[in-house]
Amino acid sequence: MAVVTEPGQADLREPAGWRRTKNRIATVFMVISFVVVIIPLGFVLYTVIAKGASAISWSFLTSPIPINVAPANVGGIGPAVLGTIEITALATVIAVPLGVLGAIYLNEYGGNNLLARFIGFMADVMTGVPSIVMGLFIFSIFVLHFGFSGLAGALALGCLMLPVVIRSTDEMLKLVPNTLREGSYALGAGKARVTLTVVLPAAIGGIVSGALLAVARAAGETAPLLFTILTVTTANTNVFSGPNTSLPSQIFANATSPYTGAQARGWGAALTLIAIAFILMIAARFVTARFARYQR
Amino acid sequence: MSAVTQADQAAPGSVPASGLTARRGLGDRSFQWLALGCGLLVLVILVLIAVTTTQQASSWFTTEGWGIFGTVWDQAANKFGATPFIYGTAVTGVIALVMAVPVSIGIALLLTEVVPYRVARPIVYVVDLLAVVPSVVWGLWGILVFAPWIQHIYARIASAVTGVPVLGFFFGTPTSGASFFTAGIILAFMITPIVTSLSREVIATVPATDREGAYALGATRWEMIRGVVWPHSQGGVVGAVLLGLGRAVGETIAAALVIGSSPVITSRLFSTGYNMPAVIANQFGEASGVFRSALIGLGVLLFAFTIIINVVARAIVNRSARRKRGA
Repeated sequence: MAVVTEPGQADLREPAGWRRTKNRIATVFMVISFVVVIIPLGFVLYTVIAKGASAISWSFLTSPIPINVAPANVGGIGPAVLGTIEITALATVIAVPLGVLGAIYLNEYGGNNLLARFIGFMADVMTGVPSIVMGLFIFSIFVLHFGFSGLAGALALGCLMLPVVIRSTDEMLKLVPNTLREGSYALGAGKARVTLTVVLPAAIGGIVSGALLAVARAAGETAPLLFTILTVTTANTNVFSGPNTSLPSQIFANATSPYTGAQARGWGAALTLIAIAFILMIAARFVTARFARYQR
Repeated sequence: MSAVTQADQAAPGSVPASGLTARRGLGDRSFQWLALGCGLLVLVILVLIAVTTTQQASSWFTTEGWGIFGTVWDQAANKFGATPFIYGTAVTGVIALVMAVPVSIGIALLLTEVVPYRVARPIVYVVDLLAVVPSVVWGLWGILVFAPWIQHIYARIASAVTGVPVLGFFFGTPTSGASFFTAGIILAFMITPIVTSLSREVIATVPATDREGAYALGATRWEMIRGVVWPHSQGGVVGAVLLGLGRAVGETIAAALVIGSSPVITSRLFSTGYNMPAVIANQFGEASGVFRSALIGLGVLLFAFTIIINVVARAIVNRSARRKRGA
């Protein structure tokens, strides 16, 4: 790659010598950083798929959880799948409406006032609260009084989702052009009606996709569930009372098990969990592409 | 919605004097209060977290006093000192940052300065995939695949540096696959997406005219980055790094599985250790009385750490983002 320049005649097209070399080194470093990230990601996904794919079948997803010493082809993770669906769905039902309303306050009512800016700032800060602290919080305020239940787990997950939903919805509401609001006011509509029938539908694509991403995140969380659902191995169809289980808690329990059968079920559960997260992510992209009228 | 309609019907009689604002009916006002309540919920939850967890931890604070910062954690002896876990949290956090930050900034620069948009998009997707892999899956992979593999590398490094002054102090024996260092590496993978995406946002605010000015003066890309991009965005990148630290400090399950679970304070990075979230996750189930109170107390300390880190980091990031808008 050496550039041959005739002596006494500077090459003005390219900076020569060490400056060019330094530039090359920097660029190579940037490319290497990306490669460094791909390797572990590829390794993790490969391992989970390779070890999980052999475990997964319809009966694996629906059968009861056997004792840990059971060999790999016995039983499944049915109760954990059920628990994850119940708890995540309940968390979504709790957190998404509250989050969307909170964002409506920030964007439609608060505007640039001090309180709204402070709430927005604290919502950002709240996204950084460790998930295990949310678990301890719900344990202290709810579980100590009402016992372990899927609802307690859903509350903990809901606390994690709330600021994420507020922030993503807020971003989307900001993109709705003011002319739409002004046009509706000009027709005599009140602010609540304008917000609910004009602004929200205009932003619905982005709001739904943001909510789906928040759900994908919450579905994979283990720490908030440890002290709220008391990870059992039996199925519990009542999300509002009694101990429950979930995919991430089951993986956590199986990861430390010395039995290969339990580990194999752990890999199968891990693949199921990643698949759920991917499906939600793809759904979010689809919703964005299909319904989002105003994008960044 | 019916309330709005009623207000509309009632309006003709009452409106003229007070003008348009009188049309704000009951539905409108209650909706506003509802929205305000949901916004305030964020503040309420944050205050409640602080109050309720501190209450539950109070028996630890009162029985131990300043002993909460003791170095012994022994439930049989009823001694609950948090220092080994604070130390472990700091060590794993620093290891994670040392590895994740250069890589994240490298990727952020690659995305903003080197590759065109259509190449950048798939790269962003791939980096974001790291964040999609749940913490517990990183932990499962870490303990069953990564730790057994890297154990041999640790052993080789340790035997190579034994007796070497500084290196031996940090990388000498004993070694274990599940260790501070393994936890740090896994945490580094997990915080890379957030540090990358925030750095990218900050770097993207560098005005195009500044870049073009540097190129017009004949700067290479690297010289342009050093002279224009870095001075403009270093503050924001520091904020992004702090947010990454906040994540690394609070990340629980992966660390709980790969850190080795022994509350010791040692300079040996390849030996087993413990950190705050991991000990809470691993021991809470069997805890009661002062023991449980101490674990919740660790949660309170963790909450305080992460809130401080996040407030500072967000303030920095917001300020550097505002500068772009010219305010």
